[in-house]
Amino acid sequence: MVELNAHTVVFAIFSIITLGGAVGVVWNRNLVSSSYWLIFSLFGVAGLFVLLSAPFLAAVQVLVYIGAVGILITFSVMLTRGMTQIKDVFNRQSAASGVVAVLLFVVLLVGVVLPVWGPSGALSSAPASDVVATTAELGVALVDGSQYVLPFELVSLLLTAALLGAIVIARDQDK
Amino acid sequence: MGEFDLLSSLPAIAPEIGLTILIFVAVLLDSFLHESQRKGIAYVAALGMAALAIVPIIPGWAPEPGPTGDYLFWGGMIRHDALAQIFRIMVLASGALTCLMAVDAKRVGNKGEFYTIVLVATLGASLLSASADLIMVFVALETLSIALYCLAAFKRNDSKSTESGMKYFLFGAFSSAIMLYGFSLLYGFTGQTNLYALAQFMGTEAFANNAVPVLAAMVMVIVGFGFKISAVPFHFWTPDVYEGAPTPVTAFLSVASKAASFAVMMRFFIAVFPNDLVIGDYVIQNFWVQFMAAAAVISMTLGNVIALSQKNIKRLLAYSSIAQAGYVLMGVAALQATTPLGAERAVASVGFYLFMYTFSNLLAFAVIILFSEATGSETIADLAGLNRRSPWLALTLTIALLSLAGVPPAAGFFGKFYLFTAAVEADLVWLAMIGVLNAIVGLYYYLVVIKVMYVDRSEDEDKPIPTSQTYRWVLGVATLAVIILGTVGAQVIFEWAVQGAGTLFALLPGVF
Repeated sequence: MVELNAHTVVFAIFSIITLGGAVGVVWNRNLVSSSYWLIFSLFGVAGLFVLLSAPFLAAVQVLVYIGAVGILITFSVMLTRGMTQIKDVFNRQSAASGVVAVLLFVVLLVGVVLPVWGPSGALSSAPASDVVATTAELGVALVDGSQYVLPFELVSLLLTAALLGAIVIARDQDK
Repeated sequence: MGEFDLLSSLPAIAPEIGLTILIFVAVLLDSFLHESQRKGIAYVAALGMAALAIVPIIPGWAPEPGPTGDYLFWGGMIRHDALAQIFRIMVLASGALTCLMAVDAKRVGNKGEFYTIVLVATLGASLLSASADLIMVFVALETLSIALYCLAAFKRNDSKSTESGMKYFLFGAFSSAIMLYGFSLLYGFTGQTNLYALAQFMGTEAFANNAVPVLAAMVMVIVGFGFKISAVPFHFWTPDVYEGAPTPVTAFLSVASKAASFAVMMRFFIAVFPNDLVIGDYVIQNFWVQFMAAAAVISMTLGNVIALSQKNIKRLLAYSSIAQAGYVLMGVAALQATTPLGAERAVASVGFYLFMYTFSNLLAFAVIILFSEATGSETIADLAGLNRRSPWLALTLTIALLSLAGVPPAAGFFGKFYLFTAAVEADLVWLAMIGVLNAIVGLYYYLVVIKVMYVDRSEDEDKPIPTSQTYRWVLGVATLAVIILGTVGAQVIFEWAVQGAGTLFALLPGVF
């Protein structure tokens, strides 16, 4: 079944980090500690990306999720102090969200393990697309006229507009 | 994919290049002009956009198939066809009129950032109408949406405006996330992001057992589009955002965002789930057509019925816009027509309806901006005696409302006529019947507003509403457009839209 080699051991370690961190997030009553657990969990995901031979995604995961999203969440927790001392572990939606989570888990499990939606694993030997293989090719693809240059440039305009809009809304100069 | 040819690719994004230059100009003017002169940016932006809107009409500049033999440019990111041009004209025209309408609006018109963000939103909407790739669709949609979230919350000290911005943002982010999930599923199934490549891939044997996941992805995508066009049941944000946002912003988001979203929605469903796509034993088209028909019925009915009891004119127009989205969805459902001409006429009827809706709705909002800036009120009852205060304003609002209701000679009559005909030609007679019934309900609440303006009396009848020269131009142009589209121009524009629709289907392998 499952061979015990270095790969599986590392996979197990990163899975434990990911899942353990996730449990830490929901089980903690202090939102600040929860956000630290979240960063911990996201780090495990980055490790899984390395295992899947996707070093670029791993680096993005660290930069964007741990670097930016994690810090943002920590800041927003600090700025909304009223919510940092929550006593209840479960809130009113816990039953409903539990059902949804279990259903999603079952659907994913069934979809991956059982061949209900076509043969599983048959197509996975070949990569779905060979557009981008390395980070260097990804860089070229982003500025290549016959690939992704248009969305790439549009994103820069979008960010400019978002920046301007954020300044207008945050600045308090109207009398 | 052939060798990239910059020169032949540039015309495909000509309006966007122009808009980018305008954005730079607006930012520079904003930093160099004194605060009292910043209104001037509005005229620069509006004239620029109006000029860009005229470019596609120039004879001989019609879109031509690119080097690869189809209309796809920039690595398949956009499809530069005649239909995209028609929607780009709508979007650019609404952007231009919005800038002019904002000039005199308090706490909005004197800020250069407002025009910059409107330009970015217009750019997003313009690219969205031409997008032909999942990545492009999403980035363009977000460029439009994020700019609009900022604009909705633009009156920072007005709690209603910030609330509407927040609501719009939360609903928008949520529906974008669901749509992105649908996109990622589609990409995961096929390994393709180009809309036209997706369909070919899904028609293959490997998908025979996979109808359910494909349908799940389709429903998720419908959620995203449904939010943008404010179709029921994704309409909850509409009344609050319409009421709270600064009125020029409401005007813009009610037309530009809706038109571009309908354009990309039709393109998406025609390209990704064409009528010959059969997965397993299911004809995929039947599913989405039924979705559209159901959404059309619910949107029309709910929008019209709730609009009956509205006291605030902006909320009334919000529910009216939900109902209008329902009428247009009827045209989308009519894509199930079995003949090429029928499907083309369905697309064209949607195009024409949105074309006339752009001008009618902008006209209505322009009068409301003038009225509320002068009186500070947005309730329908306060419109009483408008006929005696400013007869021309009352007449313009009447024309706009009659057009929305679908009464000749205003443009709305032909808009509804073409939509209902398309539905009947596509064997959706029951849908057309419900549409006609709804149009009658709609007529009632539009007529109530007109009655208040002309019959009811008020104490302020000797105080005319001041109308600046800029506004006279806006009102004049929009009224003229509504009347022309309702009389001599209807057939011309519709024929043009039919041609445009032809290019939407042209070169699609296997459709018809």
